[in-house]
Order: sequence, then C-alpha cells, then structure tokens
Amino acid sequence: MAEDQDKILEEVTGGEYKYGFYTDIEMEEFPKGLNEDIIRLISAKKNEPEFMLEFRLKAFRHWLTMKQPNWAHLNIPPIDFQDIIYYAVPKKKPELESMDDVDPELKATFDKLGIPLDEQKVLAGVAVDAVIDSVSVKTTFKETLAEKGIIFCSISEAVQEYPDLVKKYLGSVVPHQDNYFGALNAAVFSDGSFVYIPKGVRCPMELSTYFRINAMNTGQFERTLIVADDDSYVSYLEGCTAPMRDENQLHAAIVEIVAMERAEVKYSTVQNWYPGDKEGIGGIYNFVTKRGICKGDYSKISWTQVETGSAITWKYPSCVLQGDHSVGEFYSVAVTNNYQQADTGTKMIHLGKNTRSLIVSKGVSAGKSQNSYRGLVKVSKKAENARNFSQCDSLLLGDKCGAHTFPYLEIANNTAKVEHEATTSKIGEDQIFYCNQRGLSTEDAVGLIVNGYVKEVINQLPMEFAVEAQKLLQISLEGSVG
Amino acid sequence: MLVIKDLHAKIDDKEILRGINLEIKPGEVHAIMGPNGSGKSTLSSVLAGNEKFEVNEGSVSFNGKDLLDLAPEDRAREGLFLSFQYPVEIPGVSMVNFMRTAVNEHRKYREEEPYSASEFLKLMREKKKLVEIDSNLTNRSVNEGFSGGEKKKNEIFQMAMLEPKLAILDETDSGLDIDALRVVANGVNKLKSPERSTIVITHYQRLLDHIVPDYVHVLYKGRIVKSAGKELALELEEKGYDWIKKEFED
Ligand SMILES: Nc1ncnc2c1ncn2[C@@H]1O[C@H](COP(=O)(O)OP(=O)(O)O)[C@@H](O)[C@H]1O
Ligand SMILES: [Mg+2]
Repeated sequence: MAEDQDKILEEVTGGEYKYGFYTDIEMEEFPKGLNEDIIRLISAKKNEPEFMLEFRLKAFRHWLTMKQPNWAHLNIPPIDFQDIIYYAVPKKKPELESMDDVDPELKATFDKLGIPLDEQKVLAGVAVDAVIDSVSVKTTFKETLAEKGIIFCSISEAVQEYPDLVKKYLGSVVPHQDNYFGALNAAVFSDGSFVYIPKGVRCPMELSTYFRINAMNTGQFERTLIVADDDSYVSYLEGCTAPMRDENQLHAAIVEIVAMERAEVKYSTVQNWYPGDKEGIGGIYNFVTKRGICKGDYSKISWTQVETGSAITWKYPSCVLQGDHSVGEFYSVAVTNNYQQADTGTKMIHLGKNTRSLIVSKGVSAGKSQNSYRGLVKVSKKAENARNFSQCDSLLLGDKCGAHTFPYLEIANNTAKVEHEATTSKIGEDQIFYCNQRGLSTEDAVGLIVNGYVKEVINQLPMEFAVEAQKLLQISLEGSVG
Repeated sequence: MLVIKDLHAKIDDKEILRGINLEIKPGEVHAIMGPNGSGKSTLSSVLAGNEKFEVNEGSVSFNGKDLLDLAPEDRAREGLFLSFQYPVEIPGVSMVNFMRTAVNEHRKYREEEPYSASEFLKLMREKKKLVEIDSNLTNRSVNEGFSGGEKKKNEIFQMAMLEPKLAILDETDSGLDIDALRVVANGVNKLKSPERSTIVITHYQRLLDHIVPDYVHVLYKGRIVKSAGKELALELEEKGYDWIKKEFED
C-alpha cells in the first residue's frame, strides 16, 4: 500500500506547469552584471529625471554594504548577482494604441496565459497592465479611468508624467535600507505599475497587472506603487508566470501601498511563477517586499495572496497601522509541492489607537516541500486597544513535506488583545475513500478538500480570480496524497 | 447482482475475512448480523474498495463485472453505495458542491450530460423531500459538526441522490432515536425496486421491522456461519449470539 501511495504521489505531484512556454520576441538586453554604470544606463534609457537616478544610486550604494540574508527555514543557494541581466526590453517597443499594434508573438503569449487583454475581458471591466521582462507593455482602459481622475499606468510613465507624486511616495513605505532585496530593487527596478486614486473616488473596476518573465538570465524587479487618497477605494490584482528553465531566476519586487483617511485598498495576488521541475531543478526565486501603510484614520489595507509557484518564496505582505481605527488584513494560501520552499506570512504593526488586524493563513504542503508561516504582530506603546486575530492552518499531503508556524508577538501596550490559533491537519485516507465511494476520483477529491480548506481565503478574491485560483490549486496539487 | 465467492481479506497480516460466500439477486434485501469485531464493516469496506484491506483470495462479481478489479470510484459509479458506519467530516466542502460533483461523475460514467445547476438543485429538492432531510444539513459542509443521527440521515440522503443498484447500510440504525430510525427506514423503502438490492448490517430487530429482509446471515469470525429467513433475526434478538459463538468456537 505504501508503494501505491508513492506511485500516486509520483504520478500526480507532477501536475505539469502549464505556462512554461517561451516566446521568441526580439529583445534589447543590457550586458550581464551590476555596477553604477548599469544603473546609470537603466536610468538614462528610461529618460529619468535626476531625482530618480539619485534614488537608484543611493539604494545601490547602500546595497553594496549589505549581506544576503540567511533565513532559518529556507535553503537558498548563493546567487551570483553579476550573472544576471538587469534590463531586457522587447525590441519593438512600440507606442501601442490598440491591440492590433501589439507584437503578434506577444499577443500569442497573452493568449496562452489567458490574459484578459482582449475585447472580451475589457468588456468584463478589467483594466490591465502587462509587464513582460521588466517593461510595461500595455495598459488598457486608461481613458475610462482618467475621467475619474484615476491614474493607472506603468511606473516608468508615472516618473515622466507625475514626477511629484512619485517623488513623494516612492520609497516612503519601503525605504531602500529596509532589506537586501528591497535595496537591490530600488537600484535596478525597470518597471511596474502605478496607481493613484484621488480623494473621494471609488475605482469602478478591478485594476490588474500581469507580470511575466520571458527572457533568459534576466532578473525581474518590478516596483508597484499604489496611493489611495482620502475616502477612496480600489481593488488591485496581480498575476504572474514564467517560462520553464533549468536555471533559477531572480524575482525581487516591491509593492508599496499608501491609504489615506478612510481609504481602502484591496490587493490580491495569484502568484504562479515557474516552481522548478519535479527534481527541484530551475524555478523562480521570489523575494518580494510588499508593505502598505494605513496613514489615515479609519483606513484599511487588505492583502490576499494565493501562492502556488516559485522554487523559493520569501514574502511578507505587511500593514503599518498608523492611523487611528485603521484595519489591516492578510489572507493567504501558500501551496508547495515537490521541492518548493515557501516562507511567507505577514507583519501587522499597530501604531494608532483602536487599530485592528486579521491574519488568515492556510498552508498546503505536498511532495518534499517545506512551507512556513512567519508572522509578526507588533503593538507599539501608544497603540491603545489594538486587536489582532490570527488563524494559521497547515494541511499536509503525504509525509515527506514539512509545515512550520512561527508567530512572533511584540506587545508594548497592555490594552492589546491578541489571539492566535493554529492547526495542522492531514488529508485523511478515510476522507479520500469517502469521496471515492461517492464516485469521485482521488484527484478530484483532493482538489475538493483543498479548495474547501482554503475557501475562506479564496472568497476574498474577486470572482474571476477566485475561479482561476481554484483551478490553479487543483493543478498544483493533483492527487499528491498519501 | 452480487456474487461473493470464498472471499478472504487481511490487514497487517491479520486475516479478517476468512472465506465469505454470498449471493444477492436483484430486488433482494439481505441482513447481516453478528457480534462486534466479526468483520461486517471489513466486508463492506472490501466491497467498496478500501485499499487498507488486502484481498488475498476469492472473487466478487457485480452485475457481471469483476468488482475487485475496479477502482473504488468506479465501483461507486457502477452503482455500489456504502452508507458508512462512521461517516467522515470534510470541512469546508459544501454538501451541495460535494453531491453535485458526485452526481455528475456518475452521469459522466454513464455518458450522460452533467446536470446544470438548476437541474441539480431541483433533483436535490426532490430527494430532500423523499428522505425528509433538513435543508440545514445540505447547506453545511459535508458531515461537519453533524450529530450522529444527522450523519446517518445524510448517508441516506446521498443514497437517494445517487440511486445505487446495491446499497450497503453499515449499522445505519445504530444510535438513532425512533424518529431518525423511521426516516432512515422510509428512505430505504421508498428507494426499493425490483432492480435494487440492499445489504443491511445491523444489531437490531427494530430496523428489520421496517426494512423486512429476505435473508438473514450471521457473520462470525470472518465467515458466514448461519443463513436463514427473517425469523433468524428474531431468534438472535431473543437469544443473543452466545449459542452461535459456542457452536463455532475453534
Ligand atoms: N484498520 C484496522 N487495523 C487493524 N485491525 C482492524 C482494522 N479494522 C478492523 N480491524 C479488525 O478487524 C476485525 C473486524 O472488524 P470490523 O469489520 O470493524 O467488525 P464489525 O464491523 O463486525 O464490528 C476486528 O478484530 C478489528 O479489530
Ligand atoms: Mg462495524
């Protein structure tokens, strides 16, 4: 019987990665390596104002003084930062007016990805910015948004068009000193998205960005900045994929969110970077810093993430709850299979009075993977009546994987109420058999059980994404049960 | 319908079924009784395809097919239903979603179109009425937080939804109050037809007052040691199992 289990495990943990194709687009690439010249070149290429070059160089010089961190529960091979290309652009980089102008190869890529760049999805009301190998290719729906005064464009464009906003907010939530990969990103980021929602405006549609790493040996360093002014609301989605390659690729992104008085920002990610093959060869190193600040009173930031991809994920979307009565939420599903490693969680930093935070983390581990939740709840001295509730659940499929939970508490105010609940469970053979007996295959049973287990998080996603995420979960795990 | 020949099954090298012979024809109701630990649940598990148990001898044919050769889900799709003695909870999976997947898998197997959401809900309403199950239960996650009685009723509801050819009820009556017992018995009786057969595993005559068996078998130490008509159940009720145990002590 143990053999049977192994066989099923073998067969199905290899739900093959669907997005591993490579698109042959002519690229303009910089030489490999990183130094001040490369940074000046990036900045010049992008025709950036002086303050941006300063921003980058400052970050770079600081980065040189830093050391690559060594995290407890991740096994990260040394990365040769001189062996990475820091800038790669589709050569026919056009001013795109309509879909007809998009490179057909690129369009084919989008089609394969099911990216909603086409009419159909435009009708569905999704505004999309697609970033391929560091450069933003197209933002749809700009005009509709512009009528409301909403800015949704690539960060490069924002640097040109709205330098004051960029200067004011870029690096204000994640300063370049923050961490090693954050500093690297600040030095070399090539593109990403920028969102500004003016006072009192409710963004009428989901804004969404798709990131794709295509070229070989390139690192991807996007930078996203979202500013929601007083009394505004926006829901933002991010998706990502990468081709299958034997070497590891580095993805070091930064997302910064600023929510002013009574503003609300919902940020959802479905992360499906290439996870490497069944033997653990290749795959994306996903080292991402995501942080939002609830600056204004009664503001709210909510992170929802579904993490199924990447060889290694290191990511802690966080909320700094500065405004009184502000709210931070973190909903996460992290799935690891084969040799994937994930160390993810959140930080909730309570600074204002009556601030509340909620953490719901669901880890699913299969194969020989390692899945850790790491979360910090910090209540500062002045944060009267702070509330936190954390629920961290782990589900194990098979007995060769690991799940770990590291909750950290730093409470400096005794009016705080902090609750933490954690569970670890296994999909039981008896559950599977019960489903089998009702006519469900083992794969369908696992899919159903896992989707049931993560429902609370998936329900936070916008409808369209929720369906995609469910399918993705099923594919990532197909039958990996013992 | 079902022909079991010299069936042996073991777990961890411990032989639990030690040569079962049983034939069930369409439309028949067979009761299987016997002391705890004699292998009744094991027999149902083995028929349903639970891989925990290893079949080391014997054959089972189900409507002409080699049952032991089929995957558990295919046995179900062929029309074998097991009402579990201890139904498991599946948190987060809604009954509606679960049953819809199950019903449509059965339909797919028969090369029928899957039910649309509205067709399915209609079927569910009908069956809920048939087995008098509370809407509350079908709006919840599969068996999660159900009382013992609710779990058993839910098994009968699922049976009604899937319309099996052979239903095995493993102590579905244990722990039920009179009302729940009536619901279970009615459910079974309403589904009765000349094509459908039922195996009722029970300790109590009270269920067999409602579901009248054509045959009663006593399973003891992995073998069927006695078979007779419905009067055997009454005799067992009166005399217990001791006389059987004595007779077959080895
Ligand atoms: N999973 C198992 N592992 C080991 N022994 C088992 C297992 N399941 C059942 N048995 C044993 O098999 C025998 C028959 O059990 P069971 O079929 O449940 O009996 P019944 O349903 O007639 O009460 C018992 O001795 C029981 O201890
Ligand atoms: Mg039993």
